[in-house]
Amino acid sequence: MNKDTISKMVFFILALSSISALALITGFIFIQGLPLFFKVGFANIVFGTKWAPSQGSFGIFPMIVGSVCVTLGATLLGVPIGVCCSIFLVEYCPASLSNLFRPAIQLLAGIPSVVYGFWGLLFIVPFIRNNLGGPGLSMLAGSMILGIMILPTIISISEVSLKDLPRQYKEGALALGMTHWQAIYSVLLPAARSGITAAIVLGIGRAIGETMAVIMVLGNAVALPESILDPIRTLTTNIGIEMGYATGDHQQALFATGIVLFVIIMILNSFAQYIARRK
Amino acid sequence: MNTNDKTIEKIAKAIIWSAALFVLVILTAIIAYILAKGLPILNWGFLTQIPRNMGRSGGISSTIVGTLMVTAVALVIAIPFGIGTAFYLAEYTKESWATRLMRFSAESLAGIPSIVYGLFGFIFFVISLNMKWSVLSGGLTLSFMILPTIIRTSEEAIRSVPTTYREVSFSLGATKWQTISKAVFPSALRGITNGVILSIGRCIAETAAVILTAGTALKMPTSIFSPTRTMAVHFYILAREGISMENAYGTAALLIILIFLINVVANAAVNRLMEKGR
Repeated sequence: MNKDTISKMVFFILALSSISALALITGFIFIQGLPLFFKVGFANIVFGTKWAPSQGSFGIFPMIVGSVCVTLGATLLGVPIGVCCSIFLVEYCPASLSNLFRPAIQLLAGIPSVVYGFWGLLFIVPFIRNNLGGPGLSMLAGSMILGIMILPTIISISEVSLKDLPRQYKEGALALGMTHWQAIYSVLLPAARSGITAAIVLGIGRAIGETMAVIMVLGNAVALPESILDPIRTLTTNIGIEMGYATGDHQQALFATGIVLFVIIMILNSFAQYIARRK
Repeated sequence: MNTNDKTIEKIAKAIIWSAALFVLVILTAIIAYILAKGLPILNWGFLTQIPRNMGRSGGISSTIVGTLMVTAVALVIAIPFGIGTAFYLAEYTKESWATRLMRFSAESLAGIPSIVYGLFGFIFFVISLNMKWSVLSGGLTLSFMILPTIIRTSEEAIRSVPTTYREVSFSLGATKWQTISKAVFPSALRGITNGVILSIGRCIAETAAVILTAGTALKMPTSIFSPTRTMAVHFYILAREGISMENAYGTAALLIILIFLINVVANAAVNRLMEKGR
């Protein structure tokens, strides 16, 4: 056998193992969580508003609303800033500053989420409590922390996709008399669309999946929020708070929470891929 | 260029600059605060002593070793599988429903919360496979967690290598393997490394997925079968339960320094490899 055949086989085996591992997780979560959906009823779990595992009530609707709201807030804050920042790095950043900026973004990506959560607890939570009212531990605090936390994901992946564009794109646009911003807006951004979409999807994934940082700043109350200053609980924090001691149906309910998270992410991904393909 | 265009140009520039400055200011605020509080705590004793009295006194040596061991296990497994899968998807298959399904599952699983990996790892590795709370359980759970990210970022990097590189290599008589290893891989290396760096950061920083798979033991781990507590978990427990704020700041400061050093080393390695390739 020559190197070509061997390498192809090795790559195939590696790919097959990876996909099997990922299938294992998916299968495992569904096998653990689905029985409860049949036992208690799909609607009672997904649209139920009462969460009392010891009494057999497994309604996670408040957590679904919590996750969606916090993530939406984080996306509204993080995506515009992140995409602007990646454009800055590729198109506007002076060389001297970029040597400072890039390592800084990498560092921001690496800081443990618990450190963000702790920082939020020390500065953002008291700020909200003193200036905007409410307990401070709130949806707004969670959105602000998550908005900061998804920046590195969005910036670094968008930046790579903008920078890997052929130089001729920009040169051609400028040669046609476009201004710098017109070239960025109407040539470079559309050309880098798939990478930027991937960046945003991964950013949203990180926001919706974050647990430890938001456990510290959300307040974790199981109730439908009435304003952005109310404390809420997300799907992830529900698992994080209770998985250490849950058994039986309660444990299955946490896997059911995992399934709902999973499905939300699937919907998001399909949507993002649809948009990326449509244009 | 009319006046309107000029105004838009200026506004766009101002918005983009302020977004960049905002990111720098926030970053500085977070890091400066933790370092200001934590650096005075860091000394040789803090780094080399075992935590005593639940972490109230003593150092954090066992959590440093635990973090490094868990991360090493995760990387040793995830890097070859992740990069191999990316090359298979990008170079060896034609677009079909199977590759789309593979890519879709990798992409979707990249978004699955670490806490779900933790839940899976806890029930699967710790309980079902009876690996108990251990470096191995934690490392395996983390390798599953970072695998989709490595696949996704590596594939993106490989695909953004211009097709002309491959065409030139083939036209010079190179085989498929030679083309991939000599032409595609070096050009994709920056992007691949970027993904791996993000993954190392995620391993070291992860709390949710390791707290219930590696455990919270403060003893020095002696093998991959020992239970351990990582630095991020240690910080979380110290800060949340208010055991010792000083030691919490010290641990957080060390985490930030460690991640900074990893980034520096990785960047230096990439630069050297890229120079060699020329």
